[in-house]
Amino acid sequence: MRNVLIVEDSKAIRSMIRVALEEQGSYFVVEATNGFEALKALPTRDFDLIVTDINMPDINGLELINFVKSNPAYRTIPLVIVSTEKSEEDQKRGLALGAAGYVVKPFKKEDLLAAVAAAIGKT
Amino acid sequence: MKKERPIKEFLAEAEDILEAANQALLSIESDQAGNRSAVEAVNALFRAMHSFKGLAGMFGLQAPADLAHMMESLLDGLRLGKLKLDSGTLDLLFETTSLLGMQVQQLGRGEEPGEIASLLQRIEEFLSGGSATADRSALARVRIDPAILQVLTEYEEHRLIENIEKRSDLHLLKVQFDFESFESGIKNLNTELKRQGEIICTLPSAAASGPGIAFSILVATGESGESLAARIAAIGIGGAVLEQVEYLEAPRPAGPKQDAQLRSTSNTVRVDIAKLDSIMNIVGDLHLLKSTIGRIAVDLRAAQGFSGFAANMAKVHKNLERKLNELQNGILDVRMVPIGQIFGRLSQAVRKYAKEAEKEIDLEMAGEETVLDKLMIEDLADPLMHVIRNAVDHGIEPPKARRALGKREQGTVRLLAYPKGNQVVIEVEDDGAGIDPRKLLRKAVEKGIVPPDHGLDPEADRKEILELIFLPGFSTSETVTEISGRGVGMDVVKRNLSRLSGIIDIETEHGEGTRFTFTLPITLAIIKALIIEAGREVFAVPVASVLEIIRVKADEIETIESREVMAVRDETVPLLRLSRAFKLPDSAQQDMLYVLLVGLAERRIGLVVDSLKDQHEIVIKPLGKRLAAIPGISGATELGDRKVVLVLDVETLIGGAFRRTVVSSQ
Repeated sequence: MRNVLIVEDSKAIRSMIRVALEEQGSYFVVEATNGFEALKALPTRDFDLIVTDINMPDINGLELINFVKSNPAYRTIPLVIVSTEKSEEDQKRGLALGAAGYVVKPFKKEDLLAAVAAAIGKT
Repeated sequence: MKKERPIKEFLAEAEDILEAANQALLSIESDQAGNRSAVEAVNALFRAMHSFKGLAGMFGLQAPADLAHMMESLLDGLRLGKLKLDSGTLDLLFETTSLLGMQVQQLGRGEEPGEIASLLQRIEEFLSGGSATADRSALARVRIDPAILQVLTEYEEHRLIENIEKRSDLHLLKVQFDFESFESGIKNLNTELKRQGEIICTLPSAAASGPGIAFSILVATGESGESLAARIAAIGIGGAVLEQVEYLEAPRPAGPKQDAQLRSTSNTVRVDIAKLDSIMNIVGDLHLLKSTIGRIAVDLRAAQGFSGFAANMAKVHKNLERKLNELQNGILDVRMVPIGQIFGRLSQAVRKYAKEAEKEIDLEMAGEETVLDKLMIEDLADPLMHVIRNAVDHGIEPPKARRALGKREQGTVRLLAYPKGNQVVIEVEDDGAGIDPRKLLRKAVEKGIVPPDHGLDPEADRKEILELIFLPGFSTSETVTEISGRGVGMDVVKRNLSRLSGIIDIETEHGEGTRFTFTLPITLAIIKALIIEAGREVFAVPVASVLEIIRVKADEIETIESREVMAVRDETVPLLRLSRAFKLPDSAQQDMLYVLLVGLAERRIGLVVDSLKDQHEIVIKPLGKRLAAIPGISGATELGDRKVVLVLDVETLIGGAFRRTVVSSQ
């Protein structure tokens, strides 16, 4: 089983991602509704992947990516950005900070799974 | 079955998001554009729409997703300073949000969401009017850790640039928390920081020592480093390190852009309205002096050998008058603000009340650009709010009832303002149930406001009966709802309006709707007044309250059922002798009297006075506490010869007269 942390403030989208991943039978999903929860969740298990939104209050997705990538304990966890096409500039910044890929909302299940598989494959 | 569950999930979250969006929209509207809380509210709304779009998209709901997408684009333009927050933008935001709400409701009822193409197109056109990409050069003007710059979202970067351009003090705060308690710690800190300024970013990093979490927070503020540090210490956060971000250049770099900005700010000053009042008082005094000069000119002409002087003086008097009027208009102009300022607030209220009353209401507004004295606008908000509340609550029927009546399910409330000479007229109209005079009369009897044997006929005495709603303690609603609340009635509305020398009129058609018309002077700072005499006393009557002056022979006044009336063209108008209204001694029998026709539409009344003396520009001064409660008097003013006269409050005088006719008609 792969451990996946989903950071997304929309409950419905969070659960859609969860369902899409869980249906595959090979992912264990932990949900965080914002950056603070993500920070708290990180040490709780060895994550294989983080799927994160960018536009969130307090800690944004870019700050979370930066935190993960600059922290020796988490540096190797790949991140996939889930964001709308409005945030094209922000997606670029996320990739520059070390995110493995991104999915544009609204996305098809296949797109998400492909991005997730690619991100995990990269490591 | 499988399909049903997700849509329910969508509905629940969509409603939550729209609720938050409405809250944000309300605070955007009530705030001044550009201040800190407006910036936050725009951002919150942007996030709400962003979530909504993502959500709708995930559920394959194209129309709401497209709508949210357009709204997001609008908000993004606002956030990033590419669009201006003006009434046009706000209207679009409100309209889009309400259409989204409707779509969600339609989806909830299992219907297809309605048409959106025309709104989408309008937004698109609106957006194409916006412009400009971000100018990032400002970032080079400060020394900020590149590690911070690279984690800023586009929006945060824009906020930083704005703050650099305003030359806000920027502080980088480094603070460390234990892992167990960091969330509450950082939340407390951020709450405090938001009070002091704007948080640009909150960058977490692993603590330098131990298992904790460190944060680098970039704050833009007007506070000094010392006071910021003191506030942080005061909320019990220790070990924080505060660094002021250094500006790399002199405060005012030359350049055309900066020049333009500087000029625009120094072109405007904020003035306390009390200062304008005191200038207006001086103008009032100057008018008096001008009149005195005019009188001296007249005296001089009558004197032997001074006709040359007299002619010159008369010329100077005329010039002085003209210049004085210009000065007065100039000062008045400064006080004038568009009534759209409160229309915005009222439109929020309608949305809120409609939601609470579970009614669907279209609000139409027109004439927002009509101007009115700033002071009066503030005092007008409450009475208008109350009338609108009544329209939503008691006027517009619930959707089901409307359908049964063959009306459109959505009720309409129209808010209209327009200037009329030196007055402003504001109408609040609904297409609801209207007021049934029979029901109203029954209620008045129950409440003991009119005696059971009132003898009033619902058709013939319609106008008197409608007047009853302006009496204290009168409410026609059968049940007291949460919205209309209790205690405050139309009597308060009327009283507040008459304080503004305004009058309120009601027209209603049972089953078709009600229209309230507020008519009030454009300003109270200085007004034209007729100086009249009645019962050997002199009074000032605002010209704006007088429709017509009629000179009548004493024997043209007739008495019907012990009420004095006179015929004005085809109408019979009740009369009120001013001397009797104030219990003054009757003046000696006169052959000729003057009747000032006052009031509106169905409520005209003739004020009988002994003589007309003059017309003056007057500045109304408030009466002392002991005299303030006298009905029919709104204040006092000084005339040229240092004589103080009382200023009539026509609306309360008429109200009193009507009440008397209703109650004493038996």
